[in-house]
Amino acid sequence: MKKNKSIGYLLREGIRSIFRHGFMSFAAICVTVACLIIMGSFSLILYNLNIMVRDLEQENEILVYVDENLTEAEAKSVGSQINLIENVEQSRFVSREEALENFVETQDDETLFIGLDSTTFRHRFVVSLTDNSQMAYTVSLIQPLEGVADISAPYELEEGFRTIQRVLEVISIAIIAILMVVTLFIISNTIKLTMLDRKDEIAIMKMVGATDGFIRLPFFVEGFIIGLLGAGIAFGLQWLLYDLLLANIATADSLQLFNFVPFVDVLWVMIPAFAAAGLFVGVFGSLMSIRKFLDV
Amino acid sequence: MIQFDNVTMVYGTGTKALQDVSLQIKDGEFAFLVGPSGSGKSTIIKLLTAELHPTKGKVKVNNYDLDRIKKKQIPYMRRTVGVIFQDFRLIRQKTVYENVAFAMRVVGASEKEIRKRVPYVLQLVGLDEKGKRFPDELSGGEQQRVAIARALVNNPSTIIADEPTGNLDPARSLEIMLLLEQINALGTTVLIVTHEADMVNRFHRRVIAIDEGKLVSDGMDGYYINEEE
Repeated sequence: MKKNKSIGYLLREGIRSIFRHGFMSFAAICVTVACLIIMGSFSLILYNLNIMVRDLEQENEILVYVDENLTEAEAKSVGSQINLIENVEQSRFVSREEALENFVETQDDETLFIGLDSTTFRHRFVVSLTDNSQMAYTVSLIQPLEGVADISAPYELEEGFRTIQRVLEVISIAIIAILMVVTLFIISNTIKLTMLDRKDEIAIMKMVGATDGFIRLPFFVEGFIIGLLGAGIAFGLQWLLYDLLLANIATADSLQLFNFVPFVDVLWVMIPAFAAAGLFVGVFGSLMSIRKFLDV
Repeated sequence: MIQFDNVTMVYGTGTKALQDVSLQIKDGEFAFLVGPSGSGKSTIIKLLTAELHPTKGKVKVNNYDLDRIKKKQIPYMRRTVGVIFQDFRLIRQKTVYENVAFAMRVVGASEKEIRKRVPYVLQLVGLDEKGKRFPDELSGGEQQRVAIARALVNNPSTIIADEPTGNLDPARSLEIMLLLEQINALGTTVLIVTHEADMVNRFHRRVIAIDEGKLVSDGMDGYYINEEE
């Protein structure tokens, strides 16, 4: 009952304190903004790299060669069996003639291959998979199918992509975790400075019988608002910077190879991520700083 | 009520601040706790406010056993004790009214209760006209009155004053002492910790003397000689 009476006062105190210690609050917000932008930029770069790796990986297909004794019609029927296998996204039939044509097109001097018989090549299926990490297992299911002579699967390339993704994941988690700790440390120290200013006030509060929860609440509110403001500003700036970067990439020929995701596509991931990170560093940083001052 | 039963306090450094001290101050009593610097007076105050816990013995304040009090209970115990310090310990950024109201807010009082009680207490200490002033705009004596008002506002059963006149001139000191006597007359237990012999001897009240951590005398209408002066 009594607690409810003071909540309004404590909330007001928290808000007032932000203005009372205007410079320190401004510094804390700036630090939050700077750290969140660094974390956000890094996350966006990694997100885009992951997508690029995934796209490249999608282009990574396996070739299923059909028994050369089968007619074209018989060879085509193997495709329906392949399509029944789980993890096969789609299979495309490539006839001997098409295979020859494709081969010749890739050669520097096409005239060398004039007159080459298409029977040199086998009918084949270009198979793309839903999940490339299951490539070896899927190949083991295709291999025993009737009419399948041989399979060419780029395991090494696939493993390479997997390694790149794993390394990127580890690096991203490590860097974001380090940045989070650094931000927490800076925020906690910035708020500690405002608390040093209020050390006597806290000691008086303790002396007249304030509970730890009563003392913490205004600092919690202060940290919450600083974190939220910092996250809001950082989010806006991040959007602006990212769009500027995309606009510059669009005009640079050498960077056309990279296909970056537009910011609006990640909006609903970035909003909660920024809000959560901002609130976490603001509130946790604030509560971490006050712990020491409560031992009176 | 304040009760010390064979209290010994040894700090982590090995310093023996109190040795086997026993005393009792009953509800409604007015007493002085005297002794030279380093005698153990500050340790007694810290034990009474649960900032420290005794190494040995029992400390009881207003029915709270402070030698085994739980951390969560300490704020509630402190609400039964009003503490006044030599350096007033007021919040500079708050007005006189707010400094006093603040102590009520801490215990969860409503705005209505605060608006009713704070002017009454300010009137009691003679500061009803100065509620809107800031501490730095007041004299030392007036600042100490604000501190007394803050200590009184939650109607504690005990007031502990640590050198309340240490920063004041003799005339202001007397005013503060008379005010504390007046508060005691309303039924509040008052313990004044001091080393000012003149002040103590003027009042003819109970004097508890400690020296080197030991109780050396305890008597009504006590007479105190401070050998340091």
